[in-house]
Amino acid sequence: MKRLAILALTCAATVAASLAALPAFAQDSLAKIKEKGVLSVGVKNDYKPWGFLEPSGKIVGLEIDLAQAVADKIGVKLEMLPVIAANRMEFLKQGRIDMVIATMGDTADRRKIIGMVEPNYYAGATNVLAPKSVGLKSWTDLKGRKVCAVQGAYYNRRVTQMYAPELVVFPSVPDALNALQGNNCAAFLFDDTLIVSTLSGGDAKWAGYEMPLVSEDPQLWAIGIRLEDMTGPFGTLVKEMSIDWHKSGKLLELETKWGIKQSPYLIETNKKLKAAS
Amino acid sequence: MIAAFFERLNETQGLNFSVFYDAFDASRFLTGLWTTSYICVVSILASLALGLAGVWVAGGGSRLGRLVVRGYVQFFRNTPPLVQLSFFYFAVGGLLPRVSDGFGGLSPPVSGTGWAIIAFSLFAGAFNVEIFRAGIEAVPATTVEAAESLGYTRLQLYIHVVLPLAFRICLPALNNNLVNLVKTTTLAYAIGVPELLYAASQIWSESFNVREMMNVLLVTYVLLVGVLVLVMGRWEKAMRIPGYTT
Repeated sequence: MKRLAILALTCAATVAASLAALPAFAQDSLAKIKEKGVLSVGVKNDYKPWGFLEPSGKIVGLEIDLAQAVADKIGVKLEMLPVIAANRMEFLKQGRIDMVIATMGDTADRRKIIGMVEPNYYAGATNVLAPKSVGLKSWTDLKGRKVCAVQGAYYNRRVTQMYAPELVVFPSVPDALNALQGNNCAAFLFDDTLIVSTLSGGDAKWAGYEMPLVSEDPQLWAIGIRLEDMTGPFGTLVKEMSIDWHKSGKLLELETKWGIKQSPYLIETNKKLKAAS
Repeated sequence: MIAAFFERLNETQGLNFSVFYDAFDASRFLTGLWTTSYICVVSILASLALGLAGVWVAGGGSRLGRLVVRGYVQFFRNTPPLVQLSFFYFAVGGLLPRVSDGFGGLSPPVSGTGWAIIAFSLFAGAFNVEIFRAGIEAVPATTVEAAESLGYTRLQLYIHVVLPLAFRICLPALNNNLVNLVKTTTLAYAIGVPELLYAASQIWSESFNVREMMNVLLVTYVLLVGVLVLVMGRWEKAMRIPGYTT
């Protein structure tokens, strides 16, 4: 009994210690970034062509160009930290990175945790990548079937609750795609932007695959910064840059540069902002 | 009651233990607990069987048998379990013939959970072979000779003399290995098996309650390992011969 009590106490102490360790930060991130001389950004390295690894091992892509633009504007070096959906917000909160630009969907729940920079720089929706032989026709066909997905994606919960597939969730996109190619799942649940660019990439191994469903649940992507930065100089700077990217057509140019079809969201926002000025 | 308490805790303190009040999260976590327990129990039993079979063959007369067991032990003891798991799931799984998935399509015959059980059983089994060997070698040669002179066959010798003594000697080491096996099951997360770590990470990546879920996870594993240690401890005590081992 005594031993049990000690065990319980040790557990309680561990819990209390780790819950008490709330991070605290100085307020002005911009000054801190300038002082360090480095802007740390959380990016994707498995999401072609937004953020991916070149054969040389360098991370490149549309989002990397945006991150570089912010670093250039501040006049500091860019440091990139590859993140995944499951850890990026925690890294930002803990101060390991100053900014997240990693195909992150802008949701109400996430806005409670971190700041989302507006105007949103991109928009995607949910769809699946599936072998043509599976013959999916509608979302309800997914019921009870194995569907590969990636950990931490916002649509996992919604799709599970609405269509009841048996979700098999992997830590990263390559793992999930490998599993799909090994026929471990009937489909791969993901963002339609990535699926379109995968299919149009001309890679022979995707020849037998399709995006069979109607995209659902359109979602804006946002650059994430810490909540306290939203009203600070760093937040203001990123926000201004985001407006400028839309207005000047830089985002549309970048789409062309990285071989992505011009998205309706960008064309529309570009028109709207131009008309407003 | 409990749900209301944790809901209040979230609203007032910002400590979001969603597994205790959100039915969807709770069911995911319980599925995780069930999957982990299932993998643990089956892998423990299979690894014990593998250990016994391995040590039986290694101690037998067949040269080929000895070589096979040696190779098996070296291979599974000297490579990381995560690599073994990925190898089975992605490499071996891809080569197997397909079976119908019940929807008119084809899928591999072994599921992620199946591969996890196979990989962990083989991994822990390799250690068990060595653990049992240590126990058997510690049985006094004179005892074995005495039994042999009484006309015991090799199987009888093992069942009635060697194993009862060897088991007592190797229980502490076996204990260690099985506790390790329980902890190793978290690796199944890498191939999308819905075990505890997987369930927890699903929940925290949606509810952003990493700190809370980490603690729930830690306590859950302390309890799981606690149950195993308790059972093994009881067994060790029950098998004790006064004056033979401590």
